[in-house]
Amino acid sequence: MIKVNTEDHPWYSGMTVRNLLDEKVYTFRHIIVRVNGEYVPEEGFDEFAIQDGDDVIVLHLMAGG
Amino acid sequence: MGAILKDYSYTPAKIERGYSGKSLYINVSDFRIEEKEVTGFMKEKFTGGKGFDLWYLWNAVTPETRWNSPENEIVMSVGPLGGITQYSGTGKTLIASISPLTDIPIDSNAGGYFGPLLKFSGWDAFELQGKADKDILIFIDGNNGRIQIEEAEEYPEDTHLLAEELTRKYAVNDDDMVNISVVCSGSAAKTGYMGLLNFSFYDPRRKTCRFKQAARGGLGTILRDKKVKALVVKYKGITPNLNNAADISTINKVGVKYHKEMHDLDSKQNKMRQIGTANTVMIMSQYDLLPTRNFQTGGDPETVKISPEVFINEWLTQGLHDGCWYGCTMSCAKCADHFLLTTGPYAGERVTVDGPEYECVAGLGANLGIFDPQAILEENFYCDTYGIDLISFATCTAFIMECYQRGQITQEQMGGLDLKFGNKDAVLELLHQMARGEGFGKLAGLGIRKLKKIFVEEFGANPDLLEDIGMEVKGLEYSEYAHKESLAQQGGFAMATKGPQHDEAWLIFMDMVNKQIPTFEDKANALYYFPMFRTWFGLVGLCKLPWNDIVPADNHKTSEPAKVPEHVQNYVDIFNAVTGQSIDKDELILQSERVYQFQRVFSVRMGKGERKDDYAPYRSLGPVSREEYLSRQELYDKQLRELQGLDPETMNLDEKIAKLRAYREDQYEQLMDAVYRRRGWTMNGIPTPERLKEIGMDLPELLEVVEPKL
Repeated sequence: MIKVNTEDHPWYSGMTVRNLLDEKVYTFRHIIVRVNGEYVPEEGFDEFAIQDGDDVIVLHLMAGG
Repeated sequence: MGAILKDYSYTPAKIERGYSGKSLYINVSDFRIEEKEVTGFMKEKFTGGKGFDLWYLWNAVTPETRWNSPENEIVMSVGPLGGITQYSGTGKTLIASISPLTDIPIDSNAGGYFGPLLKFSGWDAFELQGKADKDILIFIDGNNGRIQIEEAEEYPEDTHLLAEELTRKYAVNDDDMVNISVVCSGSAAKTGYMGLLNFSFYDPRRKTCRFKQAARGGLGTILRDKKVKALVVKYKGITPNLNNAADISTINKVGVKYHKEMHDLDSKQNKMRQIGTANTVMIMSQYDLLPTRNFQTGGDPETVKISPEVFINEWLTQGLHDGCWYGCTMSCAKCADHFLLTTGPYAGERVTVDGPEYECVAGLGANLGIFDPQAILEENFYCDTYGIDLISFATCTAFIMECYQRGQITQEQMGGLDLKFGNKDAVLELLHQMARGEGFGKLAGLGIRKLKKIFVEEFGANPDLLEDIGMEVKGLEYSEYAHKESLAQQGGFAMATKGPQHDEAWLIFMDMVNKQIPTFEDKANALYYFPMFRTWFGLVGLCKLPWNDIVPADNHKTSEPAKVPEHVQNYVDIFNAVTGQSIDKDELILQSERVYQFQRVFSVRMGKGERKDDYAPYRSLGPVSREEYLSRQELYDKQLRELQGLDPETMNLDEKIAKLRAYREDQYEQLMDAVYRRRGWTMNGIPTPERLKEIGMDLPELLEVVEPKL
């Protein structure tokens, strides 16, 4: 299990940031990802492996009209 | 040409550090024209823009004044930063009046050229009071220092015709047309309460007038009630430093940095230069936030038919500059050129449609169950040219549709209109009826609050259901975001001073998706900071979009990326560079809070602005109907289990809806308590004298209003 924006989310071996974003249907293009406080650049989403117990923050920089 | 009823000469004041120091007063009852001094007190307490508007309005009206009282004013001002050409989004005009929908002060804003040209003609603000006995127009010639009031009976009503005719009338040749700006409304503003103000700017590439709208709260209705058909300003000679800024080099430097961001990053971020605010339509649907069929759900598989790509590829002209004031590289005022109208009085004509903005696609599209881009553009055009606020129209029509589909009103009671969700023909006919001032369209133009009363008292509808599904607060219709899963945004809408418009706070992602503000105190802090910060744009004459619809590449490294700290500093730097003051980001918030609290006290003075006025319809807070509950059953069952300790397996659907409702209504009450504390209000929503003193707004006239309410 991992935390995503403070809520529990199932984890599996080999899960990448990209996998997680797909599962959560986080389609907004302008987001910031931090794993255990470490910033993950967008070009690293496909490779960055999330570990069991990680604390993932996905910030959507959407502030509306 | 109509007869000249008044001819007045003046010496245009020179702008110094963003202010002309003069405001213009015109009374159209007796054609009195006066020049007023803009005092140091006004600048200190109200800064400019909406602050000046509200101060003049306060002094013009009494608690008994209603929207159509002669003493009600339309006040407009551009603010001290308005008209600079080195940064994006600097041409906003702020307008305030007592609204026909809410009976309290409404403020709305628009791009277009009118505000800056008005200031450069020598006027920091413009008060319009009284009522003429026949249609007139007012022409301000800023180069020659001349104001004329002219008979205007013979001019057309609808904006696309009227503005084009007046622009040609006052321009000496084609090149001069960019120096003219017209403010007007349209046919529907004469009978409905949703009348808007169109602000024109001439587009020399397309050779036509373009329009931005000050749409909310019925400002166009008030203009036409005063029998003013149009306001026209002409000023030739826009140059980079007409504001006589204290430090033009800083403005240039900040502007260059910002324009580089826009050039480098917009295509990777929000694509404002391609599609404008409608870029978010699919995102909203994918995140369950696109209001669909009267806010019942947050999206629909058919949304793909009205996606940004559809408008970009099939309808909107690309590659032309679309800024609504000089120097705006965001350039988001998109339009569909050569659009062929298929209904109404202009059927068969090809026109330029300004838009669609996000609110248009969401409101006139998804919220009405219409997933047809052509129909949305036609609705968009007619709302604008008829002078109808498309947000109020969309939300009101969605309410009517749901009432009809739930058997609360009949087709016969709607004069034969089959206003079921998705029926674009019926919606367009409703618009045309509004413009003609006839049939059910005339009734619909009164807005949801008045319709609820009529449907209950005359049509026998269920009052409780109508209170739950009628998406209005204080009499103003909600703007187009499904938000029932975001407690913070529920408050952002219903506790907004003028009514549920999102320009005070848009916290849905911070709250619902990012989970950045989990506690009541977190949400209250957000509902303090963001309304105060966003209010500031309206004080100085700026557009909000360049703040956060593009952000610096390293914004993610900041501690509070949602605030876009570098852009906040840009604003501090520009304000100081124009005015010669030396505020910081905290003083910026203080400037805003002075006006924000003033507006709340103003509402209290007019009979609203208390806790009773900040409640939301239950559709805003949670699922009203069985279908709504079932659409998010997994989420709602989980909340019953985890937040309320209940076992949904042992409950029937109606029990689950009732339990969830009790919980959510209690949450909203707790949010109100937290927000009121944070804003320095009593638990009845009244700004306290102590808070007013802290921010330097313990003015005798304000204390006189709040003290009896303590």
